[in-house]
Amino acid sequence: MSVLIIAEHNNQQLNPATLHAVEAASKLGEVHLLVAGSGISAVVEAAGQVSGVAKVWSADAAYYGEGLAEEIAPLVVKLAEHYTHIGATATAFGKNLLPRVAALLDVPQISDLTEIIDAQTFVRPIYAGNAFETVQSDSAKLVLTFRSTAFTAAAAEGGHATVENVEAAPAQNLSRFVGRELTQSDRPELTQAKVVVTGGRALGSAEQFDALLTPLADVLGAAIGASRAAVDAEYAPNDIQVGQTGKVVAPELYIAVGVSGAIQHIAGMQDSKVIVAINKDADAPIFNIADYGLVGDLFEIVPQLTAALKQ
Amino acid sequence: MKALVAVKRVVDYNVKVRVKADGSDVDIGNVKMSMNPFDEIAVEEAVRLKEAGKISEIVAVSLGEKKCEETLRTALAMGADRAIHVETDAKLEPLAVAKLLKAVADKEQPQLLLLGKQAIDDDANQTAQMLAALLNAAQGTFAAKVVLADNEVLVTREIDGGSETVALTLPAVISADLRLNEPRFVKLPNIMAAKKKPLEKVSPTDLGVDITPRVKVLKMAEPKTRQAGVKVAGVAELVEKLNQARVI
Repeated sequence: MSVLIIAEHNNQQLNPATLHAVEAASKLGEVHLLVAGSGISAVVEAAGQVSGVAKVWSADAAYYGEGLAEEIAPLVVKLAEHYTHIGATATAFGKNLLPRVAALLDVPQISDLTEIIDAQTFVRPIYAGNAFETVQSDSAKLVLTFRSTAFTAAAAEGGHATVENVEAAPAQNLSRFVGRELTQSDRPELTQAKVVVTGGRALGSAEQFDALLTPLADVLGAAIGASRAAVDAEYAPNDIQVGQTGKVVAPELYIAVGVSGAIQHIAGMQDSKVIVAINKDADAPIFNIADYGLVGDLFEIVPQLTAALKQ
Repeated sequence: MKALVAVKRVVDYNVKVRVKADGSDVDIGNVKMSMNPFDEIAVEEAVRLKEAGKISEIVAVSLGEKKCEETLRTALAMGADRAIHVETDAKLEPLAVAKLLKAVADKEQPQLLLLGKQAIDDDANQTAQMLAALLNAAQGTFAAKVVLADNEVLVTREIDGGSETVALTLPAVISADLRLNEPRFVKLPNIMAAKKKPLEKVSPTDLGVDITPRVKVLKMAEPKTRQAGVKVAGVAELVEKLNQARVI
């Protein structure tokens, strides 16, 4: 049994998210990585060093450069005959690409799985993490996306994979890349950060969200997240939303500031090692899961905490 | 230009779903059901495009039990022109849904297919991408902005760390993310008017689609719950605790 994992990258570097899928896939069989992109020699080299990867497929074509699902899916389908499982991390990239692959192969996809029971049996959250279903499929081929926080990352070095070129599938030309705007930040990436500071609607405005959380995040070297309520209120961009329909995080320390703790939010952060909640409502549901709760006015507490941590 | 919008009837966003004591399923008897919130955003976008004169007709489609009619009436009240109900009591997996929607699309020939990015019950996030694959069409998933031109549609997508814009050849499949718009509040006169709009019924057999499940649910379990910890008196105590826990 062997597994094909689709590597996520920016044509220069392998995205660490992929390492989680490699680790998960190693429970299923021999792991091969597909690197499809444009001018990808550095990524292919890095992929070959990932611990547990036996083989790297390299597919270099201009039209693979921007990760368009319409272009990459036929390439994955072409390689699929060699594999019982095809997977990726459940990131925006994996979620966009994999269902397209599954449909082209006419096989089921199991999304965002958190546990591998055996090669045909998996556990995954439903209803915003209110329930976990154990599902089984006798399909000879399965498409899977792995929740990164549920699996440790494979070591980026120590592997000795063979590299093989795979001829590009014909260009589809259904879609065209126009542009990308990435948030410029010196902070760690949200899903990889060891510390996450998250703000909720109680912060009251985008200005106060920034003014209060940025200094705290700076002193902790933390990533900043936002609850869906804060995103809805436009205090923060959607790409830092933590929760069922946003990012799932599991840092060492999670500090929830003015977050009530709706189930959709909790689904995205409850695997954090230590959770701190700061909220003036002593009955807020977030306190039911917080290791340390501090009841009080966040506009007084957060600056105090920032000052105390600086010392 | 015609738009097809797919709407799923799901447990209402505000309901906290619990697992049945025997672990056989989740307990959703007698709970409030609503249109999947992301589908609502998809319908709203279609209606706005129609109001802007970019599209001429909106066809809403729902798949499932008889009560999906209610969901379709909501879509009609929001501004869809007519509805198609693929009626079945069978459990539908995303791939089956995508195949049924493809069959509907083959008949209707829409230029734009709008769906929510995921349903808040199964959280699968598959159907739009699968539908695009089956139609051999372009896909604009997790859409935060949609600009319709003559021969293509520009979709700004939510991605990790920011956003990106892609230009899709028509017909195209778009899945709506949270930021795309804020769905309107439906007024009573629209609800009354929606009752008179056409609603066609078809079955999976009519559409010639095999919907046999490919994945079996063995059991459901409650999530592992965290225990509430302690309430601390102030910042000094909090910092002390965090030091003890070795997380700062």
